[in-house]
Amino acid sequence: MAATDIARPSRLPASGWIGILLHRLGISGRSLVIAIPFLWLLLYFFLPFLIVLKVSLAFITIAQPPYTHFDSAGNFVLNIGDSYGRLVSDALYIKAYLNSLMVAAISTVLCLLIGYPFAYGIARSGPSMRNILLMLVILPFWTSFLIRVYAWIGLLKNNGLINDFLLWTGIIDSPIGMMNTNFAVYLGIVYSYLPFMILPLYANLEKMDVSLLEAATDLGCKPLKAFFLITVPLSVPGIVAGSMLVFIPAVGEYVIPELLGGPSSLMIGRVLWGEFFSNRDWPTASAVAIAVLLALVVPLMLYQKYQDKELEKEA
Amino acid sequence: MTNRLSWFIIFWLVAVFAFLYAPIISVIVYSFNSSKLVTVWAGWSLKWYGELAKDRQIIDAAVLSLEIAAISATLATILGTIAGYVLVRFPKFLGRTAFSGMVSAPLVMPEVITGLSMLLLFISMEQAIGWPQGRGLTTVIIAHTTFTLSYVAVVMRSRFLVLDLSLEEAAQDLGARPLKVFFVITLPIVAPAIVSGWLLGFTISLDDLVITSFTNGPGTSTLPMVVFSKVRLGLDPKINALATIIIAIVSIGVIIAIAHMRRVERQRQRDEQMAIRAIAAKA
Repeated sequence: MAATDIARPSRLPASGWIGILLHRLGISGRSLVIAIPFLWLLLYFFLPFLIVLKVSLAFITIAQPPYTHFDSAGNFVLNIGDSYGRLVSDALYIKAYLNSLMVAAISTVLCLLIGYPFAYGIARSGPSMRNILLMLVILPFWTSFLIRVYAWIGLLKNNGLINDFLLWTGIIDSPIGMMNTNFAVYLGIVYSYLPFMILPLYANLEKMDVSLLEAATDLGCKPLKAFFLITVPLSVPGIVAGSMLVFIPAVGEYVIPELLGGPSSLMIGRVLWGEFFSNRDWPTASAVAIAVLLALVVPLMLYQKYQDKELEKEA
Repeated sequence: MTNRLSWFIIFWLVAVFAFLYAPIISVIVYSFNSSKLVTVWAGWSLKWYGELAKDRQIIDAAVLSLEIAAISATLATILGTIAGYVLVRFPKFLGRTAFSGMVSAPLVMPEVITGLSMLLLFISMEQAIGWPQGRGLTTVIIAHTTFTLSYVAVVMRSRFLVLDLSLEEAAQDLGARPLKVFFVITLPIVAPAIVSGWLLGFTISLDDLVITSFTNGPGTSTLPMVVFSKVRLGLDPKINALATIIIAIVSIGVIIAIAHMRRVERQRQRDEQMAIRAIAAKA
């Protein structure tokens, strides 16, 4: 009896005057519990996207807020031409868009190549060691992201630590220009997002059944071959989850290209920021947001699917 | 595994940890540098900490950020705990897929998009119903609550997934109503997870630059905004000092929290065992 009740606790009559009131209104406690976070997210997370879509179809105007849905004759018009027209006709936007996707994709692959052996190493170390190593991975994540990006400026500058060290050892004669380059942007993204790759990979590799590898070795399989034939295929959910956690936010990254990149490190997050804050062209900024979202629909769905899968396995 | 691979893995662990910590350590070391030129070493000194203590702009911004983070984390913890509970305990309801998507999407959504969309919402709401009036503390707190609640929900969801149902069932068998079961049994058991969810929300809110820049108004410059405007102009030894303080507080906080959670968890397991034994003995 208890088991069925716990599955649908709201079927028990609610107590107190609130309960009686809700009961009269035909609202169960269960739907009230669901409604609180659901309505919050609908209002503050989902509805805003519809408004972005709406604003992307507006005209720019000199007013507060600087957009209007009415043309000069005062008619309500869905204005696709201005904002989206600008996106497809100006090479700057297309270049920034494609460049962002490329930078995010390459950074994701780099994070995977660096993070996989690392997560594997943690997952295969002793239980007490494992917890310490894991904490050391999480700790930088808790400290400020902005400060971790800032820290790289001191290392990468022409008179920064890395150049000073290389000059001192005599490997180079003059400083290498690393700040304000695409190299610095890649470095910053890989550095900042690496923990997001490591943690899902670790969670997956830690749960893996080691006896499968033992069986393969017993049957004469070389360890490296067993690694690629067994470990890697079994860790695909972890790889996908980690890759999406890096790729999706990296596409729209603003802070890293702004602080470490140069004028040529054109990324769409910077373009959106510039349109919004410098040009005060809100319709174009909104159209850029919609274009980025379109590119992220499939990655977002993948992320959602694999995240659910991993969580179900945990239960 | 062969020895060769193991050596490779050990080398890799050391190299990646060096990569993760080198920038942080360099900031800490140079915060004690007496030279004004951030990367030229001129001996140990605490002078930048003194300068930092005199910088009203940074201190005011820090106080404001702590205030925003505390309120947002608290709201996000309440909403995120409910969201995590709903995702685990209510496997079927209308719009569950949409709900689950909305809970996890803010975790990865590029911040420029979240920031822009929330600002446009606030402006549209102000036009439609007159609230919220202008941008400021209220809008920043709503924005922070919305994206940090996802982090809390993920933490709470994993906690509820592995929660032992027998204690709740026992309480219900003894006649406790669902709401009472939740507050008297469920909530105390998951309390350590709630604390870590709150801390996570707090640090994430404290650190946010992009969403805050979109949703704030005049007079609400948070700490990351002040830091960003200074950093844009180049290295600043005061920022190194500030970074060192933040890193120190966070490290100590995380270590204490982990140690405390472990202790509470062990105690809870002992209590549960004893309760089960006591029940078994009575039966």
